[in-house]
Amino acid sequence: MTIPVSAADWIVINTELILVGTAMIVLLLDAFNRRISDRISPWITLVGVVGGLVSLGFLWGQEYTGFAGMLVIDSFSVLVKMAILFGTGLAVLLSVDYLRREELAQGEYYGLLLLSTVGMLLLTSSANLIMIFLSLEMLSIALYVLTGYARMRPRSQEAGMKYFLLGSFSAAILVYGVALIYGALGTVDLAGVAEALTAPGILSNPVLLAGAGLVLVGLGFKVAAVPFQMWTPDVYEGAPSPVTAFMSVSTKAAAFAALTRVLVFAFSDLSGVWMAVIWAIAALTMIFGNLVAIAQNNIKRMLAYSSIAHAGYILVAVASANQLGIQSIPFYLIAYTFMNIGAWAVVTVITRKGEEGVGLSDYTGLFWRNPLLAVSMGLFMFSLAGIPPTAGFTAKIYLFMAAVNANLIGLLIVAVVTTIISAYFYLRVTVIMFMHRPSEVSAVHVPIAAYVAIIIAVVATLWLFLFPNSTQAFTEAVWRMGL
Amino acid sequence: MIAELVIFIILGIVAVSSAFAVILSKNPVYAVLFLVINFFALAMLYLVLSAQFVAFIQILVYAGAIMVLFLFVVMLLNLTGAIESLQDKLPAQRWLAPALGMVLLVEIAVVFLSGFFAQVPEASELPEGFGTSAPVGMLLFSRYVLPFEVTSAVLLIAMVGSIVLAKRRP
Amino acid sequence: MLPAYPYLILSAVLFTTGTLGVLIRRNPIIMFMSIELMLNAANLAFITFARYQQSMDGHVFVFIVMTVAAAEVAVGLGIIVAIFRLRGNINVDELDEMKG
Repeated sequence: MTIPVSAADWIVINTELILVGTAMIVLLLDAFNRRISDRISPWITLVGVVGGLVSLGFLWGQEYTGFAGMLVIDSFSVLVKMAILFGTGLAVLLSVDYLRREELAQGEYYGLLLLSTVGMLLLTSSANLIMIFLSLEMLSIALYVLTGYARMRPRSQEAGMKYFLLGSFSAAILVYGVALIYGALGTVDLAGVAEALTAPGILSNPVLLAGAGLVLVGLGFKVAAVPFQMWTPDVYEGAPSPVTAFMSVSTKAAAFAALTRVLVFAFSDLSGVWMAVIWAIAALTMIFGNLVAIAQNNIKRMLAYSSIAHAGYILVAVASANQLGIQSIPFYLIAYTFMNIGAWAVVTVITRKGEEGVGLSDYTGLFWRNPLLAVSMGLFMFSLAGIPPTAGFTAKIYLFMAAVNANLIGLLIVAVVTTIISAYFYLRVTVIMFMHRPSEVSAVHVPIAAYVAIIIAVVATLWLFLFPNSTQAFTEAVWRMGL
Repeated sequence: MIAELVIFIILGIVAVSSAFAVILSKNPVYAVLFLVINFFALAMLYLVLSAQFVAFIQILVYAGAIMVLFLFVVMLLNLTGAIESLQDKLPAQRWLAPALGMVLLVEIAVVFLSGFFAQVPEASELPEGFGTSAPVGMLLFSRYVLPFEVTSAVLLIAMVGSIVLAKRRP
Repeated sequence: MLPAYPYLILSAVLFTTGTLGVLIRRNPIIMFMSIELMLNAANLAFITFARYQQSMDGHVFVFIVMTVAAAEVAVGLGIIVAIFRLRGNINVDELDEMKG
């Protein structure tokens, strides 16, 4: 018997294969020679990530289906995969000096980071519910370990434990939902699901509805939408900062890709039901995230709640479920990747050994201590708040246009009002950095790799505002994707 | 029909009562042992449902390997001493949870009893070799070859991860 | 033979029991075992549906879920051991250095 793997199958997973190969090299190198591995494994990882990006460039504009419909490559998945790889690459740049500062082992860290990335890439392309479950678990299991990676710091351990318990809880809910859908429709293939839903009378099948609901809950945990957000602040605060940067953007991107594929493409015939649910979840998520963020004095927790709020904004695009909405999702994810990792990069640089110095007061007068850092952080805050001239502004405009087109006026009002509220706590950081003079002016030491990451994020944040058209050709093509 | 019903009722009672024992026992060692009983009952049900291969895997891997790991950790850490704090942070949760659970259960029961699965299928003509290892293997290496390969990566993550977490200071 | 719904209701009862266990218990090991209960409830549903639809795909899904569960157990118990080493107890409610 031969295993049927066609040429198209290899093309579909080539990005994943490059990264798995890199992970193997990093892990083996670490096993054989730790001294060499400590020095070069981040750079090997970066080479792998860049290789992955190049391979995505070759896939651009093409459509493939591989492994009997398990994975699809289309413009949507290629764009989201780019966002994920940008996130991974920037997180690696942040990790180099962070691991040295915290005296953590290097080799396994990059191996796990890469394997988690592979899980995210697979999740983005998955067109089969069992594949969605499997890749979700792949990325999550690696992230549980990375969250608890600082083994000597109790908070990191506790965050790992919390993330693990709630993550596997949500995975169990998801897999029960998959079982119910399998029972109701006889298939877990998303294309098969979409086809089965056209049968008369199937839409009122309660088993199907229960299954779809449980799958929605499972994915809701991963994107940290209210009311499934309770793990986010603790985990984001406790995890090592570069890991938080990585998971706040890349996990979110992958989970939103899966959510969009499941809801908009497989369950489009059920949209009458889930539309109202997503509407409510989106509104609650935006309101909760932004209001609670105001009360935070710890920058990591503030950014965690901000990340919850941004999940709400992306859900607005999912709820509109029209061409503009689907196009705006990858754009928002890419913009969010750069502005959020940028902000986390500054946080990583400012914190001292043992994750000390995460209060807002530690940012007092940053401008006088390191002007470049303060200006970058100000830009990221503007972008997260959606103030021009930044990528965050353009992304929000696309989003609001999608909501207008879909006639979601109520949701649009909530989004606009919460955006205005959010400006308060984002700008407060800026005010603290620029308006207050520090009691003592001590320079902030910024490692070169972190500087590179911050500068890349700044350039990208401005670029996406100045030349949104450069990505327009990309996003135009997104709508044409088939399942 | 009658024989299957009797077997189902017995195994069902064992499974449900052991499941409740798992979530209610104070001592984790007992909980592990009740969970093993639960897994055995499920394995028997798999046999009734003509899933022989999965039934054996259930006993070998789940009841055997995984639960031994649980038991090992519970005994190694001597967790029997770590009695739960009685005053809960969220006392409302304790009372709300069973109520929500009942609602969930009633909903699912209504869903299943809604007639969709009530009809008895002509189940006697199962394909030749249904539930044995050969067709599982065929599926794993044809349609599901990608998930099969991905599980190997998941296991690699688990290996690296548990070593990272459990090793002593570098 | 029996219709499918007795098996499905049994699986629903087990799933609900597991959910309750996660919600009411504060001992991570027991919460973790409750999650295993939920996964097994899903497996029972898969096997039942496979039997009544006469397709073996459900058996493959169970295979995959079991592998994932094994991986989860390895990592989860690793985290528990690491925490225990660091602090000598593992109660979730005592993990309150962080505010909710």
